[in-house]
Amino acid sequence: MPETAPILAARLRNVNKSFGDGGSRLQVLKGVDLDVRCGDITMLVGPSGCGKTTLLSIIAGTLGCDEGSGEVTVFGQDLLGMSRGRTTKFRAQHIGFIFQSFNLIPTLSCVENVSVPLLIQGRPTRHAERRAREVLEQVGLGDRMKHRPGQLSGGQQQRVAIARALVHEPRLIICDEPTAALDAKNGTLVMDLFETVARSPDRAVLIVTHDNRIFPHANRIASMDDGQIVEMHDIDAGHPLPEHLRHGFHA
Amino acid sequence: MLRLALKMLFGDTAKFLMLVAGLVFATFLMAQQSAVFCGLMSWTTATLKNVPAPIWVVEARVEQVNETNPLLDTDVARVRSVDSVAWAAPIYSGILRVRLENGNFKIIQLIGIDATSFAGAPVRLKEGRIEDLRLPHAVIIDDLAVKRLASQRGGRVKVGDVFEINDQEARIVGIADTVQSFTGGPYVWTTYERALQYAPAQRKMLSAVIAAPRPGVSVAGCAEDIRRETKLAAFLNQGFQFGADQDFNTSTVWWYVRNTGIPFSFGITVAIGFIVGIAISCQTFYSFVLEHMKHLGALKAMGASTWTLCLMLLTQAFTVGLIGYGIGLFFTARFAFPALENEQPPFYMPEIVPPAVLGVILFICGISALLGIWRVARLEPAMVFRG
Repeated sequence: MPETAPILAARLRNVNKSFGDGGSRLQVLKGVDLDVRCGDITMLVGPSGCGKTTLLSIIAGTLGCDEGSGEVTVFGQDLLGMSRGRTTKFRAQHIGFIFQSFNLIPTLSCVENVSVPLLIQGRPTRHAERRAREVLEQVGLGDRMKHRPGQLSGGQQQRVAIARALVHEPRLIICDEPTAALDAKNGTLVMDLFETVARSPDRAVLIVTHDNRIFPHANRIASMDDGQIVEMHDIDAGHPLPEHLRHGFHA
Repeated sequence: MLRLALKMLFGDTAKFLMLVAGLVFATFLMAQQSAVFCGLMSWTTATLKNVPAPIWVVEARVEQVNETNPLLDTDVARVRSVDSVAWAAPIYSGILRVRLENGNFKIIQLIGIDATSFAGAPVRLKEGRIEDLRLPHAVIIDDLAVKRLASQRGGRVKVGDVFEINDQEARIVGIADTVQSFTGGPYVWTTYERALQYAPAQRKMLSAVIAAPRPGVSVAGCAEDIRRETKLAAFLNQGFQFGADQDFNTSTVWWYVRNTGIPFSFGITVAIGFIVGIAISCQTFYSFVLEHMKHLGALKAMGASTWTLCLMLLTQAFTVGLIGYGIGLFFTARFAFPALENEQPPFYMPEIVPPAVLGVILFICGISALLGIWRVARLEPAMVFRG
């Protein structure tokens, strides 16, 4: 039987991005091609300043490309051709975010923080909070619903952030250094949770990271350097994590 | 989202309290000082309220009620001779000194009214009868005089008590409820003839003529007839109104506005209230927005539109504005009750003051929110990935 081609969550072709003008112009991305497949955890790795976060922002629809740049499609939708308003709605509908510093609102409880994406979509508060409680239960924070972020450990805060990223069942989850602020134990806990909760055949996870401890959780690792993807590794039983990636990246 | 916006606001207790305190201060200063100013201005027209008559006739160059040029006694007859006038009566109004039982002196505002018609008599008597004014040496005093003319501090004079005006006896036969005068002296009524005996003699003693139109004739029409036929100034007495130049209240208030530093002084205080309000509110709200910039950026990245974020900021700003306004107005009321009870300091809050102050407070909040909106509108959602 022929193998079914995996669904593409994001497809990037010849993406260029520069900042500044004239003499101070800096080209951060140089003709990047990338496929992010559903059912995979894809990691973008590379030294600081190589363009990982810029690429992540473009896939998330929070940053545009240079004029005349190639193609950025997410779930078949051309992000570059969309108006600002439509991009915003698209993000609210299809993308879940996990930030390096959690970005939980300190004056809101866990339930309220997790319900934010649904409230952005215009769902009623009661429905949003009921769903938020369900997801908090799933990430093991059923007993911390009413707590505020300041009352939780770093690992627990990141789990709340994961719950917030999953609550509206987005198809693409974008994570920016999700374990950078966590110790090894909490980092592993968070990644295990991620694998359990986030991975499904119609969902893709894209992680930007420096943290080589979490590389084994990836299905694909795209190594970047100087604004380009220099290596693409598919990790499975037949293709283990390459030796040079075990030691991580340094600025 | 708006509920969350309010939770964000209330959760930052220090900034919330700072914002409320600034707006309470601004509201209190603007409302209280406006009311004290209006109270002071209402005192300037107290004689017109205490001596009610539809028309006041005064010498042609007179602009305000507390500074009249005397008329000839025959001017009363000239006013009465105008066809559209139903009645006209003489009024004496002057500041005199009274000597109390213990030898102390006090200032009073003496009003002399026509003993036949009692035109110009106080509107409301708390004690006594107006007819008793016809008794020898009889005077009616106001409630301020009850305390002010007492020989001992904290004492009160009563009906039947005696004092001296210009070395002549004055016996209290009634107590009236009045509006306090601008000069601070209590009102004392007597008959016109007796007022002329109390007051130092001058060639002309008639302060004003009060008059009323015949039935079917408008007050304005009657005043116009008096002006035309007597060449005297005839003012209406209907209360202050913007643009009502023929009204004696309006003319009096504008005279004080033009010729004294009172409005400037109060205006400065109200302006300080506005400036302090806008400075504290804008500064605190802007720093509140800056502090929450990464959260607002995260919301924007997660798909909240700029409009939603603006609405959140406006909700926060206007909520804090309404709370500050409410508390500020409560403090103003707390100040007003004793002021109204003691009639010191002057306090009169026209209906326009609370909505006007609310408008200014909401304007302050709008400006504060706009500063935040300006930042949020320029906020790139991608900034949340930059740490």
